[in-house]
Formats: sequence, structure tokens, C-alpha cells
Amino acid sequence: MTESKSESEKEFEPKILGFLCNWCSYAGADLAGVSRNQYPPNVRVIRLMCSGRVDPNFVIDALIKGADGILILGCHLGDCHYGEGNYEAQANYKMVDKLLKFVKLDNRVTLDWVSAAEGTYFAKIVTDFTNKIRSLGPSPLSKKSNPSIEIQLKMKAVKQVVYNPRIRKLVGRERNITLNENVYEEIIDKDEFDLLLNETLEAEYVRNQIYFHLEESPKSVKEISNKMGIDKKIIFEQLLVLRQRSLIDLSEIKGYSPVYKVKK
Amino acid sequence: MDEIRIGVFVCHCGTNIAGFVDVASIEEYVKTLPHVVFTQRNLYTCSETGLLAIKNGIKENNLNRVIVAACTPRTHEPLFRGICSEMGLNPYFFEFVNIREQCSWVHQKEKEKATSKARDLVRMGVARAALLEPLEKFQIDVEPSTLIIGGGISGMSAASVLANQGFHVIIVEKDTELGGQLRNLHRLYPGDMDSQKMLSIREEILKNPKIEVHISSKIKNIDGYIGNFDITVLKGEKEIKFGVGTIIVATGTDVLKPKGLYNYDGKKVITQKELELLFKENQFNSKNIVMIQCVGSRNEERPYCSSICCMTAMKNARVIKEKNPDAEVFILNRDIYTSGTYQEEFYREARKMGVIFTRYNESKLPQVTEDSVIYYNESLKEDVEIKYDLVVLSTPLVTYHEESKKLSKMLKVPLDEFGFFLEAHVKLRPVDFSNDGIFVCGTCKWPANVPESISQGYAAASRVTRIISKDTFTVEGATAWIDQEKCIACEICLKKCPYKAITRDEEDRVIVRTVLCKCCGVCSTTCPEHAIDIRHYKDNQVESQITALLEEGEWIE
Repeated sequence: MTESKSESEKEFEPKILGFLCNWCSYAGADLAGVSRNQYPPNVRVIRLMCSGRVDPNFVIDALIKGADGILILGCHLGDCHYGEGNYEAQANYKMVDKLLKFVKLDNRVTLDWVSAAEGTYFAKIVTDFTNKIRSLGPSPLSKKSNPSIEIQLKMKAVKQVVYNPRIRKLVGRERNITLNENVYEEIIDKDEFDLLLNETLEAEYVRNQIYFHLEESPKSVKEISNKMGIDKKIIFEQLLVLRQRSLIDLSEIKGYSPVYKVKK
Repeated sequence: MDEIRIGVFVCHCGTNIAGFVDVASIEEYVKTLPHVVFTQRNLYTCSETGLLAIKNGIKENNLNRVIVAACTPRTHEPLFRGICSEMGLNPYFFEFVNIREQCSWVHQKEKEKATSKARDLVRMGVARAALLEPLEKFQIDVEPSTLIIGGGISGMSAASVLANQGFHVIIVEKDTELGGQLRNLHRLYPGDMDSQKMLSIREEILKNPKIEVHISSKIKNIDGYIGNFDITVLKGEKEIKFGVGTIIVATGTDVLKPKGLYNYDGKKVITQKELELLFKENQFNSKNIVMIQCVGSRNEERPYCSSICCMTAMKNARVIKEKNPDAEVFILNRDIYTSGTYQEEFYREARKMGVIFTRYNESKLPQVTEDSVIYYNESLKEDVEIKYDLVVLSTPLVTYHEESKKLSKMLKVPLDEFGFFLEAHVKLRPVDFSNDGIFVCGTCKWPANVPESISQGYAAASRVTRIISKDTFTVEGATAWIDQEKCIACEICLKKCPYKAITRDEEDRVIVRTVLCKCCGVCSTTCPEHAIDIRHYKDNQVESQITALLEEGEWIE
């Protein structure tokens, strides 16, 4: 029994999606080809003009659809064809990474830099990443793993978060307000920004989960808290926000506890 | 909408692809994909025969999408797009699938897996091709003229090259005469040339009917884009307006005045620039000279090496020694930078002439007192005192920071942290800015000596010629596009766009000036309302590739 299991693990071929920028990393991959640098055939590449074009949506979408790993490659910092597109990629990646930590998928997405001259390095990155994903095993979202309803709901919440205008605004302004100054002529400290981003992401993530739980069926604070394994106080706070935003409504009062439902 | 008819051409590339990927099975597989109405295999799709096959394929099968599964789009995409255009098909209906660099060349020992990967890649390409949209490349008229900002040696060199080719050149110089820093120099290295002789280029410039010179003038405003820049110049009180096709930035640099350093007073403690002035006016008569290198550079405030000071100091030390061999010249340095075939020899000669080079330590800077310089000698491990009647400080080239900042905002080009203009790519595009039609040369880019400034001027002129020698400039059709229904005018994209291609129109809507857009896509990923899409790399096109890869077909099992 254990033998057959280890054998099936051996056979696991990860599905990896690569987003490569046209100017450096894709050219680096071309050079790997010209130099006949051999690497595992697990990565399928989508070529975009800049790593800054990799919308967090694409990453989450691919994970939901069952990709075992995602590789985002751009020009080295300072070498971007468009000046600072890769810094934007970095800001987006940081957000996605923080968010994926909540669902423990963060180690399946990576951002790195490959120049047009680094064919060998490209082959190495692909090899290392493939090996890493291979050792992690299939993604809990891949069809092989028969994804659980819980993880699917969590990812639905994650998708909502990256799609959320507030989060996009915050990430979009990060470099501007931490490097330059905001309209009040203040420069926000990077650590302070990180804290703020963390808090906002977590709150948004929890709220979206609550919403999707209520979408399944109306629930009380206690029921949601039990389902999500999160303190009732936090759930209650977020329920208030959801109510303020007119996304949920009171359904009924069961005994002493109010039951909430999604507003249609 | 017309029925989508995709034709897929699978290339053998000799044995480059066919040797490591089962191309026949790829062709069979492609036939099963949606919208594919025609497939063919070619030995070399990029050959005459291959191209003819595509043409016939389009004609005979009424194809409206063409896919070539072959090599990297980075080389042959323009070729195949051209063939589509020739056949009356919009070039953006062409899709390239790379099964060579991405597949056959890098998985040479795993034919089965490589073939499976190629199948996936082609499937992704077919999915994307179905969603491609026709785009128009458009032509803009180009005014065959150039504005050169700065009339120093670099700007003048560019001007003379361009004017001699018959192009109209306008030089805007903020000073009262042309020449820049060259006017302050006495002799020039290498070659020991009189700077006056070099400056004779000024007469040539002023006489040339193709060159218009505005002295005591400043740039007030720059608008427009490649081929059609609108310039407003402030000449005294008067405003002059004109249009040009291209711009060269050659604003040069200043020499740092070392206020507060080493008791600098401009009399007994002077800079190299002031020393050259003494030479020129024949007022030099000191006997004990101490030069100090790296004054105000290679420190925390200005970590860069000004690259010309070592040679300048040596050149001036040699002038002193030639005038008076008995004069004592010390050059206190941290290290001496003499690169190239000529400069090391120059240094050895200076030593032979009796110039004394001695090192000081950055952590223990020399002290300049009333009549002597005291410095810590590393070899002797003690302080050494040198009597002087003149101290010369080698200070770095520094930018006209405020003015550069203003100009960089007008031109929408970047500066580095010290105020030097930042080129598009240090190796691949050394005199270009990433914005089309704007170029840079001379010391405003980085400290450079006279020969370097001249070569850069020539280089910039040649890059300009590429554009203004043609009547029109073709602008890429793939650009960003804003959905006005969704846009909330938050202006995040406006700040993000590296080309300042996003702006407000007369009706105050946020729009993309497609002429300026380079399709990087940063605006789209940061748009909170998902109102911006990138043509040819649209969200749904990328998503179709993701879906085709992960939800359709088989993956290696």
C-alpha cells in the first residue's frame, strides 16, 4: 500500500504556468533554447510585454483552475524595459504572497528576475522551481487532489480580494506613498504600509469568507465562527462592515442569536 | 461577426523541432481544436516555400487567423505579420506559438513530454487566436528637424552632423554664447590640444544656414510627441514658439564649488576649473602646488566617480611642470583612475616629469592650514606636512539639479538620484530615452571627457537621423484602452504610466494618448475598477490561455 503511494508520488508531474516578460526573461528563455540548456518540461509559458502586466487576477485564476505552481519572471530591478514595471510586479506579488499565506499556497507562486543574457540561470530557475513543486506535491486545488469545499470557498474569497477595488487602489498607490509623498505631504513608512496592507487584506479576506458562508445558507455568528475557526468577536466586527455595505441582512432571530443572510 | 477560421502551420525547422517533437502528431491534434479549419506542416515555414504556403493557405481556405507553431516570436513575428498584411489580413490576427526555444531545444531527451508540452502550447495559442482583435498601426507625420537643448561641445557636435546632412537644427543655449564648459578649459587631454582650437566649431555652427541658435534662452514648455513636438522658448522676455520632430538633451554639467571644504577661498585654495582660468589669463605663478583629488565626490553624499578629475589634475600638473620644472606639484589622491591605451602612459610621463603622487585615506582626510597641507601617509604611518602657496581641489561634475528636474518633467524622462539624465538602457540604447524621439548626450548623462562627449553627440545625431530621414513614423497598434463607462478617474494609472501616455482630455476624461503608449500594461494591473485593458494582451486573451492550459486537453499523466 505504502509502496504504491510512493510510486504515484514519484509520477507526479507538476503543472506550472510561467508569466514571462518579453524583453528580458522571455529572451533569457530563448537563450536557454539556443544554448540547449535542458530543463524539465513542466512549465508552459505565457508571454506578456512586462512583468508589471501580470494581474494578480491571472495568478489566482490559474491557481483556482488547478496550476501546481506559478512562475513570474521579469527583468532585473533597474533593467526594466519600461523603467519600473518590475517594481509594480513586485508590489503586486507582495500582495498576492501575503494573501496566499492565509490559504498556505504562498510557496507555489514565485517572482524572480532573469536577464536576456541569463539562459543558464533561466534553466536553473525552472529546474529548481519544478523540483520544489514536485516535492510539495499536487496543489490542493488541482483535480488530482479532489479539492475540498473549504479550500474552494477560501479561494473564492481570495479571488474577491484581489479583484476588490480598495485593495487594488492600496497596492496601486504603494510605491507612490512610500517613496514620494501623499496629498498631505507625508511619506508613509514601508513597514507601516506593510502592516496596513496586512490588516486590510486579512479583514477583506475574512469578510469575503463570511459572505460566501452566508451565501451557502443563513448562519449565526457562532455558526460562522465555528465553520471558520475564527474568534466570534472578529466575525461580529466584520458582519457589521458587511451590513454597512448592504451586502448582508438580518434573516431571523433564533432564540437569542441573530441569523444573517446574504442580501439578494 | 464572421466565422473564426484558424489556420495552423507547424514548422519542422529542419530537424530542430521535428527531431525532438512528434510534429505529425501535433498536426493531427491541432485538427481537433475548435475553429481550426486548416493545418499544414512545413520544413521551414520562414523560407520562401513556407511563406508561399501560408499565402496559399489563407487564400484557399479563407483563413482569418494564422498561427505558426515554430520558433520565438522575438525574431520572426514581423515577417509572418507582414505576410498576413500582404494577404489583406490584419497583422494582429497572427499568433506565434514557440515550440522550438520553449520546447524542442530544451527537452531534447524527452520526446514524449516535449510533444505533450507542444500540444498544450498550440492549444493555448488557438484559444488566444480566436479572441484576437484587428488593430491598426498608424503613421504620424515627422517634422524633419531637431531641437538641441544645450550648446556645449556635445550638442554642437550633434548639431553639425545633422546640419551637414541637411536637417534643420535649433540650438537653445541658456548662456550668452555657445561652448559650455569647454570655454573654461585651457588645454585638453588626450592629445594636449588647445581648447580654443576645439572651440572653433562655434564659427562653423553660427555660419551654417541650417542651424538656428538661440542664446540666453530657456525652454519654457514642451508638448507633443515624436515627430511633432511643440516647443516654447523664453528668450529674455520674449516667447518663441516652434515645432520640431525630435529632441536631443545636451544640457551638460557644472563643476562643484567646494564651499566649506579644505578652506576653499578661491584665492589660495582653488578648483581645477579656476586653475585653468589662471593659465588662460597667464596669471599663474605659484611654485608649491598641492592638488587634492576626490573633493566632494566618492563620498556618502556623492558616491559616484566624476571620471575626469584624475586626468584633469595630471594634465594641469604637467602644464605647471612644463612652465616651471622646478615647481613642486603634489597630487594627493585616494587612487588614480587611468583607463585606456593612452591615459596610463600620460600618468607615467607625469611621474617622470616629477609630479609626486601620494595617497591619502578616506577615513583621515587631509587638513589644509594657513600655509601647509597635513595628511596621513599610510606607508610612513604618520602625518606628513607639505608647504604650499596654492592648493587645487579636484571637484566633480555636478548636475544643474533644479533645471534638470524641470526639464525632465517637461520631457517626461527620468533622472537618476544625482540629477543625471537616465538613458533607456545603459548598453542597448545608450543615447536614447525610453520615450520615442528624445535623445541624450554629453555630461548631462554621466561625467564624460571631451572625446566622449563628442562621440555621444554623434551617436545621438545618428539616432535622430533614423527618425527624421523618413516622412512618417509608424506607431504600434497594441496599446492600452480605457473603458469610460468603468473609469472613476482616480488617476492611479496617470501616475503609473512611464510614458505619461495617460492624460485628461478637454472633457476631463482620462484617456490614453495611443501615440505615446508602449503597451507595458502596468496601468491595467493597477486599475482598481478594471477599466483599462491592453490591446493584444487583453485580460480575456490571457485568461483564455490559462483556461486552455488548465481546463482543456490532457497534461502529462
